[in-house]
This record gives sequence, structure tokens and C-alpha cells, in this order.
Amino acid sequence: MAKTALQFRHNGRDVAIFVDGGTNLLVALRELIGDMTPKFGCGQGGCGACSVLIDGELHLSCLTLAESVAGRSVQTLDGIKDGPNLHPLQRAFADNFAAQCGYCTPGMLMAAKALLDRNPQPSREEVVEAISGNICRCTGYEPIINAVLAAASGRARA
Amino acid sequence: MPVTVKTFSNVGEAAAALSSDRGARYFGGGTLVMRALNEGDLSISSIVRAQDQALLRIDASGPRVTIGAGVTFARILAERDFAFLHAPARSIGGPAVRNMGTVGGNLFAPNPYGDFAVALLALDAVVSVQGGFGARDIPIEEFLQSRERQAGALVLSVSCQKPLAAEAFHYRKVARIKPKGGSVITLAAHLPVSSGRVLGARIALGSMAQTQVRAKAAERALEGRPLDASSITAAASAAVEGTSPADNALASGWYRREIVGVHLRRLLSGQK
Amino acid sequence: MLELRKDIFADERDDNLKEIGKGTQRQDMLGHVTGTSTYFDDHKLQGMLHLKVVRSTHSHARLRRIDTTEAERSAGVRRIIRAADIPRNLNTLLSLINFGKDDEPSLAVDKVRYKGEPIVAVVADSPREAYEAMEKVRVDYEPLPAVFDVEEALKSGAPVVNETYPKNTFTYYDVYDHQKLRFGDVERGLAGADHVLEQRYQMSPIEHAPTETNGSIAAPDTNGRYVVYTSTQALFFSVDTCAKILDVPSNTFHFIGGTVGGGFGGKVDTITEPLCILGAMLTGRPVRYVLGREEEMQYGPPRGAERIYIKDGVMRDGRIVARKVRAYFDSGAYTRLSSYAAVKCAAHLPGPYTIPNVYGDVYCVFTNRTPATAMRGFGVTAMDFAIECQMDKLAHLVGMDPMEFRILNAYRDGDMKAHRREAKNTALIECVQVAAEKAKWPLREEFRRASSRQGGGGERAAVSPTPRDARPQPAMASQQRTSYDRAPVATREPQPPPPPPSSPPRAPAAPSHGATRFSSVFGTRRR
Repeated sequence: MAKTALQFRHNGRDVAIFVDGGTNLLVALRELIGDMTPKFGCGQGGCGACSVLIDGELHLSCLTLAESVAGRSVQTLDGIKDGPNLHPLQRAFADNFAAQCGYCTPGMLMAAKALLDRNPQPSREEVVEAISGNICRCTGYEPIINAVLAAASGRARA
Repeated sequence: MPVTVKTFSNVGEAAAALSSDRGARYFGGGTLVMRALNEGDLSISSIVRAQDQALLRIDASGPRVTIGAGVTFARILAERDFAFLHAPARSIGGPAVRNMGTVGGNLFAPNPYGDFAVALLALDAVVSVQGGFGARDIPIEEFLQSRERQAGALVLSVSCQKPLAAEAFHYRKVARIKPKGGSVITLAAHLPVSSGRVLGARIALGSMAQTQVRAKAAERALEGRPLDASSITAAASAAVEGTSPADNALASGWYRREIVGVHLRRLLSGQK
Repeated sequence: MLELRKDIFADERDDNLKEIGKGTQRQDMLGHVTGTSTYFDDHKLQGMLHLKVVRSTHSHARLRRIDTTEAERSAGVRRIIRAADIPRNLNTLLSLINFGKDDEPSLAVDKVRYKGEPIVAVVADSPREAYEAMEKVRVDYEPLPAVFDVEEALKSGAPVVNETYPKNTFTYYDVYDHQKLRFGDVERGLAGADHVLEQRYQMSPIEHAPTETNGSIAAPDTNGRYVVYTSTQALFFSVDTCAKILDVPSNTFHFIGGTVGGGFGGKVDTITEPLCILGAMLTGRPVRYVLGREEEMQYGPPRGAERIYIKDGVMRDGRIVARKVRAYFDSGAYTRLSSYAAVKCAAHLPGPYTIPNVYGDVYCVFTNRTPATAMRGFGVTAMDFAIECQMDKLAHLVGMDPMEFRILNAYRDGDMKAHRREAKNTALIECVQVAAEKAKWPLREEFRRASSRQGGGGERAAVSPTPRDARPQPAMASQQRTSYDRAPVATREPQPPPPPPSSPPRAPAAPSHGATRFSSVFGTRRR
């Protein structure tokens, strides 16, 4: 079966890959591009561990048909640092102990970024809503919410 | 064999491809079909996509609104004219799912999902379907009842009348996890009031049967009567009639039967 | 927010410490926030194959025939692994410390004992091709009666779930079908009590639901060894388990793990590694075996369900004078770690309270349910839930405030615990006092003034006369020695006595490494 050629922007860089029919974006990112930051948690849309931004909008890469991002821009956690410097959200997560096992962290950070990109000063309720599709099983929601609020208020060391 | 992806630029071709292949499934937002593929569903051998602007069309200007099947819940939430649909749209998934999931796909979402379709059922929506022999309109109730047989059809849009008064439309999703979670039960009610009496009552329930269903006994209890304590009590006690809820991980069928009247009462009397 | 109450027990503690009591950044935090922490699945290996298992659709059935002919010819299939391919297809996790008998195959042989039990493994080029081949495996089942209830499983005539344990109970010290605790005369205590309350508590199995599902990747290394990336929570334990099942020295493997995407006890069972490594051995290629979410939820081992009966005798003044407990751990179809959970449970009775008469029988029972395993305080959590529900009900019964009722019955320094150990450094009273303060829950003066360091010992340090149960025949057999322990090593512990004459002849038992390092809690016999 022929593979399909696919080009898109990945963290600001043009990439081209060949995908099998039915390949999801998570597999394409991890296995074909080698970006391991989005994680597989459920394959069902239940956990948010695979969250990425597509044209700036939060999507679940495990439910996204890889071919559907042709010509679009995909951003993952691997693309949010500014050179060697952590993104304010990353710094805030670290400072506020907002990661335990770390597995939900990439998706959680992307969900938080999607929020702050369009709403730089969210309320606590808006933060809760924004990460409501992301499951943290080590049950660290409070530090995560605090970290997002800290990043928004500029309290995190940038 | 990998799955074959067939992408078409117009809905007619997509519909033809869909109806000619039993292993074909229409791929909307991906939250149902990609999920099935991820879990190894071998009944899907090809997926059909249509990149047709018609599927993204929104017409909210008049008293009757039309929503393209490919419109996402995030887009519903961004439209002020769809305020009456914001509660059901917001009750679905987290932000990422709302950015992906579509109104058309929700018509096919099995329990404990399919909340938007509950709202549409209470609004007496009409589903516009492109089959092998052209487009036709199907009342949503009939569409949902025959959902299994609709898999080969391509939904183009849904349309419904806007509620004349915002307070005539009620929606509630009962979930164990807030703000996101699968439905224990979902309730929607459209109760237009004319001269102090309910006329054309529609009450729809999710997770109370194989598909979304109308609570017709409860509708009858309200029809032609003022919406007051006594009619609400009558509707609440009739809510369970004709339902056949199943057990799943979120709740047992018994529990659903027990609570449906309680939640209908709260919904209609404006209690939290 | 974290608050350290340094005013309590201040004289017992040196606060001049460098690390304790001060915040310290996690060493893995930078990796976590940049997404560069490496989990088992974050490896992209050339030519990697995908392993999936065909699982039983029955809870209990004899396997008449397994036909893989068509599956072997399916596109992309590199290898079908059957039970006969597994060098040592019977294991129990704690055999590494000589606790319990081998009772679980990696792939079912003659019977399946729970819905979802692995029967055949498929190794294919892609997940999709593995699914396609799985659908072509024909399994001919002969359904057997199943048992899903712990007490039903103990009745005579109940289906035998696991032939290694024909009475459907785990066997402790080769003879006992349960864990026993006897302290004082519970029947006399109950007879003399003003009120007796008996209640039944039933827990459900609880899935750990780690965000990262169980899985592993195994790859042939250049030196004849295998590199194994794994989600295991117990790396060395998993190495030895794989060495045993695959019958190779443990230095055949280079296990890499430690960064686990949530475990909570559910990743100690080594359920993916043996088949994954075997797949790599049989194909010479890297193999990945990762559970899907449905598999993880349905067939990943949960916290076991427990059924607990508590019968308490309480005096009008609030003193508990007797506590009688009967508990059943639902181990599912195989042992995993519930045998140990039952030991912990018995060791926890009667909770953190001083009660002069305590009686406990704790059973580890086999049923046709998914094997249960460790989870966050397993053995204790459910029992504590039951005990604390019971405490509230008892307080209500005697008309006492539930907080004060706990302070009244809390153990204090110098008290004798039901295990005949003196209670030391107790702090329940202070915990209740602080909890009441935080909840703005009024306590009467005498309870606010109570202290764990006062009022203990004396009469409360006595062991009341304890009637003896009729005993089963004294155990003669040693702990099971598997042939895995074939390389004798020097040990400081005396040779175990020979097996009883009644048992079938077997090879002389060899002492194992490890056995001497574990205390009586694991079952190394101390008499």
C-alpha cells in the first residue's frame, strides 16, 4: 500500500514525511519525526497527554488524522522554549511543583499555553476549564492551577 | 492492510464513496473514528473525508438555524447567535475535544456521549443527509432511531427553530467529573409557553436508552398545562416511562432510572 | 498549603537539619517540564515490531484447541508466540522471595481463569497487522462454571479457579488458609459489652489508571544481551522475574526504567516484559508491547476488592472492649500480591486503637476475576475505610462525638498492641486534635488536653489471656523452592526441614538468595 506524502510545519520548521493510511498525528510526530514530547495515554480523547497546538488551537494528536495537518502548523512542547530559556509556563510548573511523574506535563503545558495565548489573565475557573481535558493521575491539579496562574501573573521567573 | 484514506472536495463524491463501501466510515472531527482505529477496529477499512465548505456553513440569522455537520463545538461557542446551544456545547469534552468534535459526528456518538444530539432532539431538529440518491431531510428522532442504518449516509447539516424565549430551553448534563466527564444522564427540554400554557413540549434524554430518546410521557404531562409545581411533579414522575437505560462504568441502569425524574424536576424548576 | 506543626513533640526532634523540612527541587523536574524525561515508550528503534495478545473472552474455560494457522499466514506477521514457546510458563511474583507457589502462566495452557487472560501473542510489523492476525486466531473454549464472589468461592463445591490452590485460598506457611490474629478473648469481650455492632463492608476493585499504560520495548543488543525499556515500578524485581520465566541468567538483560508515567502499585506485576523479550528473542528484532487503554482498564491488575465483616463490643462510656474481624481479599484468578496484602491487613488490626480483645481472620481468595495487585497502602486502605466507618457508627451508638470517641480509644505510648508489641511514638491523638482544630470542630477540654504520651501503659500494656484455636497439623514443609533457585548460595539461615512424607517427591530444596533478608511479614518462618 502506497504511503502518502505529508508536509507541515513542526515547531516552526518545515517537515516532510510519508505516512500509512490512517496514521494518527501522535504516531507521526513520535515515530516518524522523533518528537517524543506528546505522550500516548489513551488513544480515545480521554486524557489529554497527546495535546498539541494545530494552527494555535488545542488538539488531541492521537485523534487527529496525520494527513489533516498538511500545510498547517503543529506546535508541541518541544517547540515552546526560547532557545535555552524555559517558557514562563515551564518555569512556573517547575517552581510550583506542578509535575510529579511528568507524563501528563507535556499535554498540560500545551493546554495551558492554548489558554494564555488567547487569555493572558485568566481567572482560576478559566484555568480549571482549560485543563479539564487533561488528566493528572498523580492528582496534582492544585499545583498545576497555581502554576498557570503564576505564569499568567508573571510571578514565575522567566 | 493500512486504512485507505479517501479525500474529496465535495460532499456528493464523498457520499457516493461512503455508500459504495461497507468498510468506509466518514471521518469528521476524528473523536469517534480515530478512536476506533486506535483500539484496533478492523471493521473500518477506509475513511472518507470531504473538504467541502458546505459542511462548515452556519446560518444563524433567521428564526431557523442551520449548522453544517463539520462545525465544531468550539465554533458553536464562539457564535453569539447560538447562545441557546452554548450549554450543551460546553458540556462536551475538554477544550481540545470541543476544537475537534463536530455537530454531525455527535449524532453518531454512542452512550455516554452524544450530548449535543440530546439538545437537538429536544429542539425537533431536522438532519439533512446526502445519500447515494441525493439529499433528503430526516427528523432527528427518526434519524437517531435508525442510526445503525445511517452509517453509509453523509450528514450535511442539522437545522432547528431557535427557541422563541431563552428560558423555554433547558439543558443539563449529569456527570461524575466536573467540568468534564461522560454522561450519567443528559436532559434537554424545550417548553414553549403560550398564554401561560406549555404548547409543543419536547423533552429529550441521553444515556437513558440505546440512543437519545424523547420522554413522551413527561411531555404529555406538561402539554397544555402551565409550568408549575404540579405539572412538573407529574412530568418528573413520568420521566422514566419508555426508557431502558443500561449499566456502564459511570452508573447502573437502576441508578439512571432512579435519578432521571429528580433531575428533570430540578431542571424544570430552575434548581441547581 | 503545607504546614509543619513543629510545636508537637518538639522535644523529640532535632530541627537543625539540612534537608528535612526544607523545600528541594525534584531532580527530574527540568526533564518533566521540557518533555525530555525518557519514558519506556520514548525510543524509536530501527525495525521495531509490535506485539499484541489474544485474550480470553471467557472468565473460566477449558482451552480445547488453539489454531493459529491462518494467523501465521496473515500479512506482516513475524511470529506467533504460544504457551509452549515460553521456557518456564508458570510463575508467581513473590517466588523471588520464596513466598507462594508458581500459579500463573504467561500464556494460558489448558485453561483460562479470567476474562482477558493472555492466550497467544502476535508479533507483527504494525499494530494494525497484529490486530488483523489476532482476529484470525481460533480458540475453541469449553466454558466452565465461574465464581466471582469471595465467600461463594470458599463454599464446598465451588468451581476450583486455580488448581495450584484447590481450596480457592492462598496457603500460608504450607498449611494455613488464612492469616490469623488472636489477642485476648474476643467472645468474652463481646459478651460483656454494653453494645455489639456487626457490619459488612464491600469494596470494588480499583484501577490505578496510570496515564502511561503498562508496556515495554525489548531489543537485541550487540553482545547477546537484550536491552529492555520498561514501565516497571520494580526494576530489579522485573529483571529477575523475566530471567526466571525465560530461563536465562538475569545478566542477559539490561533493564532501563525508573521514569514511570504513574504507577501507584499497578506496575510491579511485570506483565509485559517477559513476552516482549521473548518476542525479541524469537524474531531478533526490537519488539514493543504496550497495553491500550481498554486493556489497561480491563485487564491491568487492579486493587483487589475486599469484603470485611467487623463486630465490635463497646461500653456505654465509649471504650471499645472487643473487635472481631473477618476479611476476604479477592485475589482474582492468580496470586500476584494479594497474599501479601492479607498479611499486611492482619498486621494492621485493630487499627490505631487500644482494644483488649482482638480477633482477626483474613483470607486471600481466588475467584475468576482479573488478578489483583498492589495499590497505595493495599491491605490497609480498605480495612481502614471499614474500621473508620465502624468508628463513626460506634460513636453514634454510644452518643459520643466521633472525634472524641477516637481520642478515647486511640493507642498511647506504652500500650500493648494486638501484635504484642509495645506502642511507641504514637500520634493519633495529636492528629485528631489538629484535624478538629482545622475543621473548627469543638472538642471538650479533657480531649483537647489528651496526649499520646500520657495515660498509656499500665493495665493497657497487659496481654489478656488468649484462648488458643485448634491448630492444623504443624507445618513440616518448607516454603516452596522453585527450580529457579538451582544455584545454591551460602546462607546464614538453617536449612529448611525436609518436605513432609505425604507430599510428592521432589528435588532437594536449595536455599535461595533473598530469603534470609526478609522478615516474618513475608513468611520466612520464625518459630
